[in-house]
Amino acid sequence: MIPVLNITDLHKSFGELEVLKGIDLAMHKGDVVSLIGSSGSGKTTLLRCVNLLEEFGRGRIEIAGEPIGYREEGGRRRRLPERQIARQRAMTGMAFQQFNLFPHLSAVKNVMLGLTKTKKLPAEEARAIAESWLDRVGMLARKDHFPGQLSGGQQQRVAIARAIAMAPQLMLFDEVTSALDPELVSEVLAVVRDLGRDGMTMLLVTHEMRFARDVSSRVVFMHQGRIHEEGPPEQIFGAPGTERLKAFLSNSQS
Amino acid sequence: MNFEFFLADLWAARANLLAGLWQTVLISAGSVALGTLLGLLVGLGLSYGRLPLRIALRIYTDFLRGTPVFVLILACYYIFSAAGLDLDAFQAGCLALTLFCSSHVGEILRGALNAIPAGQTEAAKSIGLTFGQTFTSVLLPQALRQMLPTWVNTATEIVKASTLLSVIGVVEFLLAVQQVISRTYLSLEFYLFAGLVYFVLNFAIEQAGRAVERRIAIPR
Ligand SMILES: Nc1ncnc2c1ncn2[C@@H]1O[C@H](COP(=O)(O)OP(=O)(O)O)[C@@H](O)[C@H]1O
Ligand SMILES: [Mg+2]
Repeated sequence: MIPVLNITDLHKSFGELEVLKGIDLAMHKGDVVSLIGSSGSGKTTLLRCVNLLEEFGRGRIEIAGEPIGYREEGGRRRRLPERQIARQRAMTGMAFQQFNLFPHLSAVKNVMLGLTKTKKLPAEEARAIAESWLDRVGMLARKDHFPGQLSGGQQQRVAIARAIAMAPQLMLFDEVTSALDPELVSEVLAVVRDLGRDGMTMLLVTHEMRFARDVSSRVVFMHQGRIHEEGPPEQIFGAPGTERLKAFLSNSQS
Repeated sequence: MNFEFFLADLWAARANLLAGLWQTVLISAGSVALGTLLGLLVGLGLSYGRLPLRIALRIYTDFLRGTPVFVLILACYYIFSAAGLDLDAFQAGCLALTLFCSSHVGEILRGALNAIPAGQTEAAKSIGLTFGQTFTSVLLPQALRQMLPTWVNTATEIVKASTLLSVIGVVEFLLAVQQVISRTYLSLEFYLFAGLVYFVLNFAIEQAGRAVERRIAIPR
């Protein structure tokens, strides 16, 4: 079976600073992979490369067998044209730490935008899809509210609906609860857990270790731009194999 | 007390004064409209252009904003005719105000776009929007709302600056008033009257701006 996501030997530098130093990662349909690791280890950068928000210097990322971002042309590597990139970005959905809802659009219009612009769906159809996803994340009653009228947790749920309404092959979550007040965390995690149960393929960065243990089929521990250790959650959390992971886990328990 | 004389003279001069007022409205509205269109292009270039274009536009805006409007008007009037381009006073004056307006609008748009968090563009990209779609659906609607108050202010500045066209002989409202004064010698009364008319004009513009602002405000 073709993997939904296949990353081989991914390298990424910001100027002199090499942030990803050769990442290999494959995910199959329905996999839920949690990325853990200390701040600065490259987790966000990895997600942003997969969503083509960053250019990358070396390596290859395939979504459902299609290499994204670049094409080989007579041995030379070329960035794809804007239109192709835009289409490939829509194959993955991203939920951001800061939600990034469009403040001038109501909740339902936020979700509809990609459907009408990228997928060129008629407004009626887009609205129906948007409303059903808002319903799924428990936000249908507030579909006409603007982001400024919603709590952080509500905004994040709308943002997740906006991404997932595009029917991406893979959902990326970048610390979607770390900007939230503690009492709002669980409503967002419940939505994410629900999507996982429904078979959505998800790659998520999280600091919520208990949650990672709960929802993941696999956990990947990153350290200084490399995958330091990976395995099923029972193994990663129950029997960590390396000193670094042990140290990281004992630090994040507090 | 000259008030009755004033009213009588005002009534007698009404046709000339209205013609002058019409010129003022025409000059201001035309310059603001053209200057805004041009300014939006300038702002786009300042925000997204390649480096040489950005440098050229930076010089353009800084130069125009740093020069007194009066000097711009004189420059347009004399330089273009010296260069063999036949602009009459009205055209030269409108050109100067249009350029002045465009430099301000360009800078306002650049600032407004710059103030939008990068996350907005990234969220738009991540749902597959192209740059053009991101600009028209996400960035511009936010930037225009942010620009509106400053833009209205620029419009009122243009109305005030349009009085300077009197110096190169365009019979806009101020010069029309001065012509009445030279016949009637009621300078205090007519200058006060002119001040009142400009105030009402700009007050109306500001109120209209506020009304639009309320209409398009984002609920929060
Ligand atoms: N746009 C950027 N320019 C320069 N350095 C960056 C940029 N984005 C991230 N970095 C650096 O890359 C490293 C990895 O960052 P990040 O992927 O955000 O880590 P994580 O999400 O694991 O905390 C950090 O050292 C960070 O400072
Ligand atoms: Mg991060």
